[in-house]
This record gives sequence, C-alpha cells and structure tokens, in this order.
Amino acid sequence: MTLETMPFVKAMNAGLRQAMTDDAKVLLMGEDIGKLGGVFRVTEHLQRDFGEKRVLDTPLAESGIVGTAIGLAMTGFRPVIEIQFDGFVFPAFDQITTQLAKLTNRHEGALSLPIVIRIPYGGHIGAVEHHQESPEAYFAHTPGLRVVSPSTPNDAYWMIQEAIASNDPVIFMEPKSRYWQKGEVDLDHSAVPLHTSRVVRTGTDITLVGHGAMVTTLLQAAALAESEGTSCEVVDVRSLSPVDYGPILDSARKTGRMVYAQEAPAHVSIGSEIAATVMERAFYALEAPVLRVSGYDAPFPPAKLEGVFLPDADRILDAVDRSMAY
Amino acid sequence: MTSSETEFVRVLEADGRFAPNAAAEQYLPLIEAISEAELEQFYRDMVAIRAIDDQATNLQRQGQLALWPPSRGQEAAQVGSARAARAQDTLFPSYREHAVTRIRGVDPVDIIKLMRGISHGGWDPTDPANGNTRLYTLVLGSQTLHATGYAMGLAFDGRSGTGDPERDEAVIVYYGDGASSQGDVHEAMVFAASYQAPTVFFLQNNQWAISVPVSTQTRVPFAQRSSGYGIPSVRVDGNDVLASYAVSRAALEEARAGGGPRAIEAETYRLGAHTTSDDPTKYRTGDEERSWEQRDPITRMRAFLENKGAAGSFFDDVDAEAAAAADDLRVRTLELGPPPVSKIFDHVYTDPHPLMDEQRAWLDQYEASFEGGQQ
Repeated sequence: MTLETMPFVKAMNAGLRQAMTDDAKVLLMGEDIGKLGGVFRVTEHLQRDFGEKRVLDTPLAESGIVGTAIGLAMTGFRPVIEIQFDGFVFPAFDQITTQLAKLTNRHEGALSLPIVIRIPYGGHIGAVEHHQESPEAYFAHTPGLRVVSPSTPNDAYWMIQEAIASNDPVIFMEPKSRYWQKGEVDLDHSAVPLHTSRVVRTGTDITLVGHGAMVTTLLQAAALAESEGTSCEVVDVRSLSPVDYGPILDSARKTGRMVYAQEAPAHVSIGSEIAATVMERAFYALEAPVLRVSGYDAPFPPAKLEGVFLPDADRILDAVDRSMAY
Repeated sequence: MTSSETEFVRVLEADGRFAPNAAAEQYLPLIEAISEAELEQFYRDMVAIRAIDDQATNLQRQGQLALWPPSRGQEAAQVGSARAARAQDTLFPSYREHAVTRIRGVDPVDIIKLMRGISHGGWDPTDPANGNTRLYTLVLGSQTLHATGYAMGLAFDGRSGTGDPERDEAVIVYYGDGASSQGDVHEAMVFAASYQAPTVFFLQNNQWAISVPVSTQTRVPFAQRSSGYGIPSVRVDGNDVLASYAVSRAALEEARAGGGPRAIEAETYRLGAHTTSDDPTKYRTGDEERSWEQRDPITRMRAFLENKGAAGSFFDDVDAEAAAAADDLRVRTLELGPPPVSKIFDHVYTDPHPLMDEQRAWLDQYEASFEGGQQ
C-alpha cells in the first residue's frame, strides 16, 4: 500500500493526472485552468504535461463550455469541466439540466455522456458574493445527473477518477474550504465505490450526517460531544445522488437519533431529503425526529457574517442536545 | 463588412428563370456540376416533404398528434443544404427540418413519434441508416453548441482538415431567426471561431419567431452578425434550391478542408403556422403571405425544370410518389401504439442506478396490484 500525505487540492490534481494518463480521451475544459492551473491550482501543470488539446483554456462562457463538452462527448471524448466558482454555474444551468441531464434519455440509450462538471463550492473562504454558495440540491433534484462530494484528500483522489470513469454526467462538488486540508491518500486502492456513504467515526448515542466540508465540522463536534459524554457516530454521505442509504439507515437504527448538517439552506435540500427518507424507513427505530442544521434560507451573507451563517460545531452540538433531550 | 456588402446569392428568379446575380457568379461551377438526375431529385425531395408535412398537419388537426411544426415554404433552404452535405458530415437540426432529416434517411414516422407523445428522441443518430442526423432540439439554439463541440472533436481527432475530401468531416447546424437571439448561439460562434471548428451555421430566416417579426431579433442581416465573430458569412435566397445548395456546398467544403467555421443566412418564409397551436392571422397580413407564395420554392424549381424541358409525366410521377409517401405516413402513424411503461425509467442513466431500479420495481408491483394485472 502506497500512502502519501497531501492536501486535498494536490490529491485532486493527482487524480486528474492519473485519469488523463489512463485514458487519452479525457480532456479538461475551463476558465484559466491551463497556464494558470485554475484559480485554486487544481489543474496545475496539467496543460504543460498533456498539451493544449487535452487541457483547454476556454472562452469565458459557462453555457458554451458545457454545451461544447456535450458535442465533444458525442465524438467520444470524456470532458472534465471546471466551473470556477459555485455561483458561476448558473449561466450553464440550462445546458446542464435541459440538455446534459436529458440527452441520454432522449436518445433512448443511443448516447452516453461521460462528462464531469467540477464545482468548487461552499463558504469559509471570506470571499465576495457568488463565491461561497452551495447549489448541490439543484443538481441532485435533476434526473439524469449524478452528484458527489468528496470530503478528504483520499476521496478526492479516487472519486474524481471514478466520476470520470462513469458513463453518466457527474456533478462533482469540491468543498473549497478543505482544499488545503492534508490527509493520507492510498495511491493503490480505492476504499469504496463512488456512490457509497461511509461511517467515518463510530459511536452509539447519536448519528451525525453530512457531506463535503461539513464532515470535518461534524467530526469536530463529535470530539467535543465525547468530552461531554455523548458518543456520536459520523456518516459522510459522499454521494448526493444517488444516496447510499444503507450505512445511514443502519446507523439511524443503531443510535435512534440523527442530525444532518449542511452549508446549504435547509428548504428542499439534501439534508431535508435524507431526513425525510430516514423518517420513512426507520421510523420505529427513532427516539427523536431527525434534526437539520443548515445555512439559513437567505442569500449567502457578506463574508463578515459567514461565521454566523454557516453551521459550526456549536450549532451542531446544540442540535445534538435537542435530540438527546427528546 | 456592412450590410450593403453582405452578399445575397440568387440563381433562380421567382419565375424560375436561371439568372444568377453577381454574388452567385463564384458558385456557378458548383451549380453547373449538378447533374440532371440531381436537379430532379431536389424537386422530388421538396414535393415529397411538402406532401408529408401537409399530411402531418392534417393528422394533428384530426387529433392524432399533439403538435406539428410545418416546414411549408422552407423546402428549398432545407433540401439545398442537406443535399450539399456529404455522407460523412453530421447534421444538427432544430425541430422543423423535416426535409433535411428525410434526405439523410430518417423516417418521417420517427418525427411523428415526438409529436404523438411516444418518444422524446424518435431515431438513433448512431444508426448508419439515419445519415449522421442528430436529434431534434426544442430549446432554441442549444444545438449550436453541441454542433460546435462535435466539430471541435472532429478537429481534435484529425477527422477534419486533413485535405482528403473523401474522409474529412464537417458539421452543419440548423437554427432560426428567433433562436439567433439566444446566448447559446453567440457562445457557439465564439467557440467555433476560437477553435476554428468545422461548423457551418445554417440560419433559416423565416421572418417570424411565432408572432414576433425578425426586426425584433436583429437590426442588421444575420450574416453580418456572424461575420462579426470572424466567421465568413453569406446570405442566400433560401427559396432558391440551387443557390441554397451551392452556398452550402462551398461552406461545407471550406469547413471540411480546415478553413474553420462558416455561416449562411437563408432568407425564406414560413408559409404555415409556427406550429399547429398557432394562428398567424393574429400577427401577419394576408398580403404578406401572398407575396411570399409568389416566391414559393417548389413553383420556382418546377418552372426551371419545365424551361429545361422536363416532361409532364415527370411531374405527375413526382406528385404520385409524394401522395403515396403521405398516405404511407398516415397509415403508419395510426398504427403507432403507446410506449411501454418501462420507458419512464429506461435510459435515464447509462450505468445502473438504484433509484431507477427501486421505482421501476415499485411501479411494476403497483400496476400488478390491480385486478387483471395492468391498470
């Protein structure tokens, strides 16, 4: 087993490099991803090493990037798109939801669209408007798309390769606040398949569930809760569409209590969907309703207020207390 | 290039006289190379699709289709451009290209399937029988990006621009005056120009986007707009099948040879409604319609062929073939049954998907729960 410690952003870069080495049809498209290596340097040196026909610095037009990627995929390419920031995906929303998501269905199987759209998302970086949003629910709500979000460098390395290998479109949500978080990457073996959720900390009293950047926050909350005598199990959802309910339901049945944490607003969100499903399927095992800790149902605020807006360990522990008090 | 400099190519006058204008001169070698058999085929194509199109309109009026977008009046632009494409070229239609799709081998019944609530696609673009014809696209302008991406793929893969006209491929994408206002068309032209993709943008300016006149979409000729992207552009009389053929042939050859994208504005007129849901008397005058009927592309080509000495029996045969094709369309439309329930879940994804399996199983069990099986 080859273990290497690296930050999330380097793991992404290594995963992309591996995928491009494995398959000559893998092609990267995006704004400033070539010479600059992307605004977060995820694609650093890839254009230097694979050339300008494999790593395209595209015109500044998100709909154009996704729309031409569809045409490229029709000729056999496997495009991997970088959307520069979460809030910049919406100019491409029509091509993603109306075309990319539906074309395989429209073709009745005669067309596969193996396209990955990478979107750095979420807050905690103190940036201006449109740079800290969590739009994952829009895509998870759209049939024909798959949506995943790694939370660790190891998952970043493997999930990007697995997403590229998928024959369906994958929206790949990258928790940009974790880009610089280091972790061990196993360069030999993927631990679990792409569309699986995973218990990342075992516990007995309550289950904390979340995705992306929030997994780290849940683990912080679990450590704090333990010092106060509450044993928390933590589940990383990893795949937002489809959701792998097995480990989530197993944990809910074991602990009888669940809190979901996410940066996105609660209304019609991933956390809402998972909470509803857990209450449908594990109702008799629950000691308390599934609680959600979310961003507020308001536009992402100016950065000086993001610490108030985004769930932190304290707000998660508040929900833990409310659940335990049932 | 100013509007006065934008070429307008015409070969046949409205009365069918062969009278190429100055802009058409450079295309004369291409027109002279058209064989007698090809000239007759152009006419046959136009007459056949008009009969099929009328039949489909009637089927909608009789409650057999949810909708039909008539192609009446636009036959020359479609037949000329589609006959100009080589077998290896790929065509991206919008949703009114009934002549284009038929010429490439798509069965008109496959279009009926879209309009009868049976399919969202209708045919398999990867089946060689369909002549590299991609599916109809209903959200306007989207396909111009797909076509440009496809053309970029051809260029990246060395399938275009090698100098071998038998092998080099190009793409032609159809859109209209209304779609031209969409941002996707702008982005497609930016990408096509930047990557010098072998895309031919074929705009059928049929004067009306449902009820909104072309003057609301643009204040300059569309060909002037596309030339602003650095894409060589030409205007053509879209009711002149010879001119439409020649400019398309030239544009496709240049794109195939590695010359980058080209744009064509074919000036034509939608003689029918936008779709069968629409009432053109609410927004345009009878005088206007009659003036364009005087420029009907089929009448024009017939007069040209008559002047060349085509026998009356030829026209009778063509009419009979067209009537037979229309009758056949009616028979086969009425034979189309509903799609299977499983179609809801089939091909939403290529790879296995647990939610599809789960919901399909639930629906099967639900349907089976009714007495006698299916609901």
